[in-house]
Amino acid sequence: MIFGLIVNPIAGIGGRVGLKGSDGLETQHKALALGAQPQANLRAAKALEALLPLKGQFDLAAAAGEMGETAARQAGFTPRIVSRPAQPSSAEDTRRAALEMLNLPVDLLLFAGGDGTARDICAAVGTNIPCLGIPAGVKIYSAVFATHPQAAGEIAASYLRGERIRTHEAEVIDLDEETYRAGTVVTRLYGFLQVPYIARWMQNKKAPSPPSEPVRMEAIAAEIVESMKPGRLYILGPGTTTRAIASRLGFPKTLVGVDVYRQDGVAALDANEDQLLALLQDQPGEIIVTPIGGQGFLFGRGNQQIGPRVIQRVGRGNITVVSLAEKLHALKGEPFLVDTGDPAVDALLAGYLPVIVGYRERVMYRVAV
Amino acid sequence: MKPVAPKPMPRRFHQARWDEPIIFELSQPGARGVLVPEVEAGIKEEAGDVAAKLPDALRRKTPPALPELAQIHVLRHYARLSQENLGVDLNIDVGQGTCTMKYSPKVNDQLARSPKMADLHPLQDETTVQGILEIMWRLEQFLKEISGMDRFSLQPGAGSAAIYANVAMVRAYHESRGEGRQRDEVITTIFSHPSNAACAKVAGYKIITIYPDADGYPDLAALKAAVSERTAALFITNPEDTGIFNPHIQEFVQAVHEAGGLCVYDQANANGILGITRARDAGFDLCHFNLHKTFSTPHGCGGPGAGASGVSAEIAPFLPKPTVEFDGTRYFLDFDRPQSVGKIRPWYGAAQNILKAYAWIMALGADGLREAAEIAVLNNNYLMKKVLEIRGVSAPYAAGKRRIEQVRYSWEKLFAETGVHSEEIGYRAADFGTHYWTSHHPYIVPEPMTLEPTESYSQADLDEYAAILKRIAEEAYTDPEIIQTAPHNSTGHKINHEAFDDPAAWAVTWRAYKRKTAK
Repeated sequence: MIFGLIVNPIAGIGGRVGLKGSDGLETQHKALALGAQPQANLRAAKALEALLPLKGQFDLAAAAGEMGETAARQAGFTPRIVSRPAQPSSAEDTRRAALEMLNLPVDLLLFAGGDGTARDICAAVGTNIPCLGIPAGVKIYSAVFATHPQAAGEIAASYLRGERIRTHEAEVIDLDEETYRAGTVVTRLYGFLQVPYIARWMQNKKAPSPPSEPVRMEAIAAEIVESMKPGRLYILGPGTTTRAIASRLGFPKTLVGVDVYRQDGVAALDANEDQLLALLQDQPGEIIVTPIGGQGFLFGRGNQQIGPRVIQRVGRGNITVVSLAEKLHALKGEPFLVDTGDPAVDALLAGYLPVIVGYRERVMYRVAV
Repeated sequence: MKPVAPKPMPRRFHQARWDEPIIFELSQPGARGVLVPEVEAGIKEEAGDVAAKLPDALRRKTPPALPELAQIHVLRHYARLSQENLGVDLNIDVGQGTCTMKYSPKVNDQLARSPKMADLHPLQDETTVQGILEIMWRLEQFLKEISGMDRFSLQPGAGSAAIYANVAMVRAYHESRGEGRQRDEVITTIFSHPSNAACAKVAGYKIITIYPDADGYPDLAALKAAVSERTAALFITNPEDTGIFNPHIQEFVQAVHEAGGLCVYDQANANGILGITRARDAGFDLCHFNLHKTFSTPHGCGGPGAGASGVSAEIAPFLPKPTVEFDGTRYFLDFDRPQSVGKIRPWYGAAQNILKAYAWIMALGADGLREAAEIAVLNNNYLMKKVLEIRGVSAPYAAGKRRIEQVRYSWEKLFAETGVHSEEIGYRAADFGTHYWTSHHPYIVPEPMTLEPTESYSQADLDEYAAILKRIAEEAYTDPEIIQTAPHNSTGHKINHEAFDDPAAWAVTWRAYKRKTAK
């Protein structure tokens, strides 16, 4: 078994000195000048330490120097070097190293960084190999990171113990740091990584294990498709849960785009706001969205195409939220958020919305004012 | 003479580990437990071939593949397995919250085993079973008094069977009013027992689940957003599995009633409220009790349990049939109930459990029932105080409020600081001879632990249980490895849960096991 390791050595450098990110050379120099200490290598080493008892049972492939090798050696491993980054390294080096890992191929690619790093990994390997983020960046909007470095090591260890690991496609989200520093949050959904996860079952046989994620997504899709009516447009936001609906209909879906369907065909793929409004001129529509990432945003993050005018046109009563129940649980009681860009529309959305969580199963969930 | 050295706490437990094979693997071809004597020639001649009348369709072509063992090997096998187990009679069984693992007095088992009880047959004529019918009738009167309801059925064979009976009655009620098709939604809460959602769904209802508000109480505003002319009923537990009593329960009932729905109280576990609150007084139309929780009949490892479904006078026509009636001189079964939902299980109920629950209530009396509830609540709050002194544990929601009969704790902090999961604490708890449970799925409370001490356990018992948890939490901070490789002193091993989740890997029969491992 081969594990790959890529570290973005400057990830997170801007955080503790208040720079809200580490993108761009200038920011990095500024951060270092402010006395920032690089954290990414420490955190990567921390993740690898969970694998020390299993040393010898796997090969570790790492990018040279600060991009992996250093952390590996610090944790007590002698890695195989697969990629030699430039000095100083850049996003291009991350992408190149990830491609090398894909070519090996590694059984699991661990990468330490933040959303920017996840984007680079995603651009290089897509969903071709399992990848797992070691959280080390300032911005962690993406759903591809372990909860903490040790947890990433723990998941890698369960690969070695031969446990059957499930993977799911998780969102890679990033926000524009320039506007973020200026006080505006604009996020984009950049794609999906194939991320392993360990479902934690209880030890009590009174409680049966829930069916797998794909089965539950199919159940959600069945509920939606069953309630579809002819003569209506169905606007599906990005995500794997909404993709399951398109699959059930037998139609293609762009993972990061907003797509429009009729009961019997595709109306538009990857539509923008104007196209949506044009379509809605002639036909009534419904919007089906899933909360994005861990923040619980329904609108305004990753699906800005479904703008305030589209929402107004469709009407609150024709909005359906679909979600795996654990996505709701991960919000820990926090409400859904909306940021459509129009405060009046945000206010319209506040209150309770039904969330389809399974076949004939829904939850009443609150949207924040 | 030197005194015996004092015993350290937690105790130095070590369980039997017999490495016992599956009984099929112990099979020796030709071995027998009983050698049936040859039939004497005279009898053989007289009786002829007694099997000749068996139709061909009922004859096996090959004998059944049963294990073949001598008596001593059968006895030894099961005695060994019994030593590799835990239960109320062995451990301080407060770790299986929501299940109300109280002590069930042995004298009640003796009553149930007596020939007067054990030799009864449900096909006997009513005139010959007046005793057990009287017990059934009188238990119904007790449960009516305890809940405020007007009628009960003791027929359901389990808590979930009672919930299903209640769902069936809800459906029959709405159908009788011509609203059966229109009212196709059942509302429940995420911390109500999951059987409520499951039973309603099996019966064809759509399920709407209410999540807690910021304080951990079921969200009244969410309920109000959920009720409509499609609402058939609210199925709700109170106190919920968190041990938190919903102070707005009357407003819940009111909101559902205003929409024309029924309210069904899951009182499977009523151990903290006996003699204190009553379902009918809060406006509920239906409720159910698990006799094997609150009323001390044994859980029986999957059966036989006993559920009791209670209803208001308005719902009574729909009760499962037969009901047990008393005309002033004799007890009888009433099958003439045209609006009844029918039978919920064969015969009339788990008669031995009904007897045990009756005996338990008779032994305590009305004041005793209330005292049992008060001690259960006191024990729970005592244990909660001790547990919350342990590093890394918390009781989420309803900050500063007391819990009723159980608490859903969280080891989230301990996990964040040590990497030790709640399940792993459970494996380690087995090393000290105790059982431990996390929570139902899904884990809404992160790294959950649910403890329910009931009234059965002494202060010393609760101190011992808390001391075990404290020891394990200390180990988590100093030597997490010992927890993560546990159990060390127990029979067990870690169970690979993958098999529970994979149709290709699970096997509940020896035949399936052989088939699935052959590949």
